[in-house]
Amino acid sequence: MGFSAGYLGSLMVLEKMALVGDALSHVALPGLALGILLNLPDPLIGGFAFLLASAIIIWHLGRVTRLGFETLVGAMFTLALAVGILITPEPDLLEALFGDITKVSLVHTVIAIIISVVAIFLTRTIYNKLVLGMISEELATSTGVNVAKTNLLYLLLVSLIVAIGIKIVGTLLVGFLVVVPAAAARNLSSNLFRYSVLSSIFGALSSSAGILLAGYLNLPSVPAGPLVVLSGITIFLVTIVVKWRLKLTPF
Amino acid sequence: MESHNDPILKISNLSVKFPSELVLDNVSFQLQKGTTLAIVGPNGAGKSTLFRVLLNLVPYTGKVEWVGKVKIGYVPQRLSVSDIPISVREFLRFKGTSGVEDSLNVVGLDSKDILNKTLGVLSGGQLQRALIAWAIIDKPNVLLFDEPTTGVDLDSEEAIYKMLSELKEENEITILLISHDLHIVRDYSDYMLALNKCMTFFGKSKEIMNPDVQKIVYGEAVCIASVQ
Repeated sequence: MGFSAGYLGSLMVLEKMALVGDALSHVALPGLALGILLNLPDPLIGGFAFLLASAIIIWHLGRVTRLGFETLVGAMFTLALAVGILITPEPDLLEALFGDITKVSLVHTVIAIIISVVAIFLTRTIYNKLVLGMISEELATSTGVNVAKTNLLYLLLVSLIVAIGIKIVGTLLVGFLVVVPAAAARNLSSNLFRYSVLSSIFGALSSSAGILLAGYLNLPSVPAGPLVVLSGITIFLVTIVVKWRLKLTPF
Repeated sequence: MESHNDPILKISNLSVKFPSELVLDNVSFQLQKGTTLAIVGPNGAGKSTLFRVLLNLVPYTGKVEWVGKVKIGYVPQRLSVSDIPISVREFLRFKGTSGVEDSLNVVGLDSKDILNKTLGVLSGGQLQRALIAWAIIDKPNVLLFDEPTTGVDLDSEEAIYKMLSELKEENEITILLISHDLHIVRDYSDYMLALNKCMTFFGKSKEIMNPDVQKIVYGEAVCIASVQ
């Protein structure tokens, strides 16, 4: 999951949509709350439904409102977070915000792996089109790329990855997984291939290190989510030092 | 049998209207195969919009007819490459793996040196040449250039236009380019189309040196007080 989040996140950072990654994760909270209140078989179904709807709204806003787009997204996700905190039953709030890896079942794990593989595969098929659209929307369109549809598919795939990450790191921190590994990879990359591979590896490393650290410390009050974030930030800081020492071409 | 005089593009009564304004009004002209057309006019005249029409990117009324089989290569005016870690090799390979080194040689870029460089660190002239390489990689017979030498120094500008002329002669390519430079229009194009939302002039490019034509294209000269 960390690998796929890093891979998809590599595009999010290039698109300067880091805020969107965070927004999507917060928007899942009211969906999770509704899932709990409505006694759905898995509250994640509610979270996922809200994520999908938000991805479509954000995509549409990005097309019709150039001015104030970030303001609108920022307002939307803080509202979602506030509403989610208000309506999420208290016993479930901490788990919803920070995740609980001990409650990830085998079924969840298998579904997460399948979704991750599908997301990586589909993103790979549209990766070049997305990058071309970032370089020049006209250039992309002139080569037959449907920029709007490609962007929508990408946002929906990001929603999928965010949804499966919520169980482990929670709604408050899952946005990290699609932003920080890519930011770290950017410090060390002068071409797309290296950038996307490093972003994926850093995503996997952050997730694995955080989860292993949580298992090693075995403190009931310390969920895996914050440790995943701390591991990822450590990697990011290391890449800054490496870039500085090697005097790499900055991006 | 095709000849140099055969038209490759026929435009009749072309108009483009966005919700709040008329961007192009009743433009009609024909372009011969293997010639270079310079498109001039003030900002907001509809030059880039004309290109978007030719690329089928915007709705329009009227008739736009390409004669025969046409493959278009396009170099836009604005690109955003400084924040994207993409190498020249990766960029050119977006269009396929064959022909990358050939196209770089045609535009005068040393492929060994340039392929691994990131687009964002190229000089203005190198970037424009890389974009032209991108445009010609799949061997188009029509090239559209939207201000191809923006941000390029004078020496590189001359070299790029000289290269485009040679490309045109060797491959019988038809070129349409948008430019603000009169000397480019005069020296490197065969025909000139002047736009100011409507068509104000269409004819041989050397006529731009005619003061009457300049008045039509750029308006009356405004006299200033003598310099002390």
